Amino acid sequence: MSTSNSSSPTSLRNAVIRLAGNSQDGIQSIGGFLARLAGRTQKDVMTYMTIPSTISGGPSIFQVHLGSGEVLDPGDEADVLVAFYQHSYDAHFSSIRDGGVCLYDSGEVTELKTERGIKNIGIPFTQATIEAIGGSARDRGKNMFVMGTICAVYQLDKEKLVGIVSRQFGKKDESVLRNAMLAFDAGYAYPVGDLGTFEFEEGIHKDEHRLSTDGNTLMSMGLIAAGVRYGSAYPITPWSSIMETLRSELPKYGGIYVQAEDELAAVSMTIGAAFAGHLAVTGSSGPGLSLKMEALSYASMAEIPLIVINVQRGGPSTGLPTSVEQSDLLQAIYGSHGDAPRIVLSPKDVEDCFYIAIEAGRLAREYSCPVIILSDQAISSRIEAFTEPNLDEWWIEPELDIAPRPEDFKPYPLDQITRHAPPGTKMLGGKYPTVTGLEHDEWGHPSGNAKMHQQMTDKRRNKLIALSKKLPLPEVYGDAEGDVLLVGWGCTYGPIKESINRLQSEGHKVGAIHLRNLHPLPAGLDTIFAKFKKVLVVEINDVGVYGYGQLAMILRASLADPKIESLCKTDGLTFRIREIVTAVEKTLAS
Amino acid sequence: MSTATATEPASDPAQEKLTKKILTADHPTWCPGCGDFAVLAAFYKVLEKLQYPHEKIVCVAGIGCSSRFPYFVNSHGIHFIHGRALPLATGVSLSRPDVHVFVFGGDGDGFSIGGNHLNHAARKNIRLTYVIMDNYVYGLTKKQTSPTSPEGFKSKTDPTGSIDRPINPMKQLLASGATFIARTHAAQVKHMMEVFERAILHDGFSVVECLSECVMFYNGSFDDSTPRKGGVYDIIDESQHDVGDDIAAFKLADVPTPGKFGVFYEVDRPSKNELEQRWIDSTQAKLAGKSQKDILRDRLAMMR
Repeated sequence: MSTSNSSSPTSLRNAVIRLAGNSQDGIQSIGGFLARLAGRTQKDVMTYMTIPSTISGGPSIFQVHLGSGEVLDPGDEADVLVAFYQHSYDAHFSSIRDGGVCLYDSGEVTELKTERGIKNIGIPFTQATIEAIGGSARDRGKNMFVMGTICAVYQLDKEKLVGIVSRQFGKKDESVLRNAMLAFDAGYAYPVGDLGTFEFEEGIHKDEHRLSTDGNTLMSMGLIAAGVRYGSAYPITPWSSIMETLRSELPKYGGIYVQAEDELAAVSMTIGAAFAGHLAVTGSSGPGLSLKMEALSYASMAEIPLIVINVQRGGPSTGLPTSVEQSDLLQAIYGSHGDAPRIVLSPKDVEDCFYIAIEAGRLAREYSCPVIILSDQAISSRIEAFTEPNLDEWWIEPELDIAPRPEDFKPYPLDQITRHAPPGTKMLGGKYPTVTGLEHDEWGHPSGNAKMHQQMTDKRRNKLIALSKKLPLPEVYGDAEGDVLLVGWGCTYGPIKESINRLQSEGHKVGAIHLRNLHPLPAGLDTIFAKFKKVLVVEINDVGVYGYGQLAMILRASLADPKIESLCKTDGLTFRIREIVTAVEKTLAS
Repeated sequence: MSTATATEPASDPAQEKLTKKILTADHPTWCPGCGDFAVLAAFYKVLEKLQYPHEKIVCVAGIGCSSRFPYFVNSHGIHFIHGRALPLATGVSLSRPDVHVFVFGGDGDGFSIGGNHLNHAARKNIRLTYVIMDNYVYGLTKKQTSPTSPEGFKSKTDPTGSIDRPINPMKQLLASGATFIARTHAAQVKHMMEVFERAILHDGFSVVECLSECVMFYNGSFDDSTPRKGGVYDIIDESQHDVGDDIAAFKLADVPTPGKFGVFYEVDRPSKNELEQRWIDSTQAKLAGKSQKDILRDRLAMMR
């Protein structure tokens, strides 16, 4: 790389690179390339990006945390900031760690700060890109220039990186790839002064295929593996990319994904496909989940197996459409009218999106009720690298069971879990079933009988109690007993785990559990809680009127344990390690 | 209906012949004298004629008096929520090309709370038959104004008479792009059966508005189209009306009350079911018989 520096590269295990520019600069593309490269070079990666919720773009960042070991968070602070504009520099200089580096476009950034030992290194990204590509390219391609520079500084596998870029641009006009590579090479060769070079230690993930992608893409793949072939949805950020993927992928499998006229139609079409005997999925983000609530209550009452995905975003109302929040938990569990039991799950990271989708399909069928998956904006859009799933182990062949049903068939037996006979099933007793949202007897006849309503309410609730007893207790990470137990769900998984690593290294006795099954909760959590002096529930929602976040409320209500406390925030961002560590230290001191 | 079976009735010799007796389920909860009884009887008759395999018949409804229909037909059925019968039936129709989907409901379900779905199921030309039993009033909730209640109609929500202009169902359906649109009357059983049969045999979205009197809350509403009560039942003469001409159909829909009856519009246009299947077929043709598991395996490998 740098021609002025011939010393050997510094070895490192982790690097956090923050790219700050405008959304049209293509920083997401190069962030994606770097993340994919991590997967192909046995490294871990986690990305983080902000997207302006406007149509025409605006300031935007993409942060990449690369690591030779386990990467559990997108990084509290950046080792390197790449600033494309003065506004990027001004807004993100504070995100650089003490002694870190800022690479800035010297044609754009003119006012520099000198503090905390941060090295400012000016490179004329725009001008050098124009010179490299020539002609009328303007500043297009400066993202590739920057990636070339990063590749050189961190001694990344240039050949593999070029391969990834070629594959991406290969579908486009030849000149696009040529110009991209010209810019990349220019950035790779550009002298960056006395920065030196770095080299990652060998990655821990040897001898295995690694995939790198975002949560929504992998969730879609998980749904297909789970046997989903039908469903319907309505576009909303950040859910939409799942429905887009299913719309284009399902025809390969003989299935259909329908863009509905609204959220009500979407959930209704999906219930229609489920009633017809298929495993079907609908999904949305917060506001859309609210609109689906009446139909979800129906699905609980009529005992229809169904997967519903809610990619949570900041609320209430239109809220913060492109920011993360975990404020739909109570809506997911209790959002409908009436006592309408359903199952609620949440993936812990991108990789888990695949497995949670399969789990949702299995539970929906086994318990014949709606299963809501609570993903979130952070998991949906960030890229991680992970082990390729073994389809031989996880693939579920979809089946339509229209085998004739015996004479004594009852759609709603009190002593068993409902197994519907979908249309096309011959009823050997000659009596055909009507699926219904009215309270009903075992044969599906409407019934206002007081005793029957109690018995059917019991039936719908008791299957969830049976599930809660079957669920394994979550493993405790860190100390199995001690002073503070952290409890998390969804995207807090990585930051909590990393916080435990740091707190333990400081000598604290702390542990953590992560809940994937949010409703019903696994039975017996109290046995884990009993081994800690304090329990701190970490979630990205508001503490509300009573001072507890949404999961903490449920835990307190179900376990009546006064040592359960909340660590909540709603700033539109995932938890930083230092936020959790500070809160635990405060709890330890109290 | 399914193209595979729409024109060929059941051929399974082991299949028990469909009779009214076999098709009869719970006794209807409707009030004595309700027009819906005749609609149910006509539906039985048409099914007796078409002889579809019993297990392939699916009745779908939302909420309302007429939406209790599925309980009264011994077939696979689903009684869903208010206004969403059509999207539910869309899910059944698109995912199960082997079954015959019938949707029943009233004017509230179809034109008010479910109005948006009617437009979209129609324009998408979903393969199913929808019978709207229109009584110009909300009956199940005991006499509130409906979207088809005429101006001046006194109800519990319009005690001095309705001031809102009612929907013209035929014009709305024409505008929405339905491919089979007809109007009939519960007191005209023979005509009703003819219209139902044509609707059922139509490949695509077929919709029938069937005037069905609510004797409890809007007694005498359809006397002007009931000959034995001195009204005129004016059937469209198809030798004079081109059913493929939507402008002509709009003009027929403008005929003042009690209006015209019969088939207003009928046109062949590929159903969404067929168009989706074409896409599936062309997509799968490129995959050259690869197993589904391998399709996903290859897709995942692209993320390496």
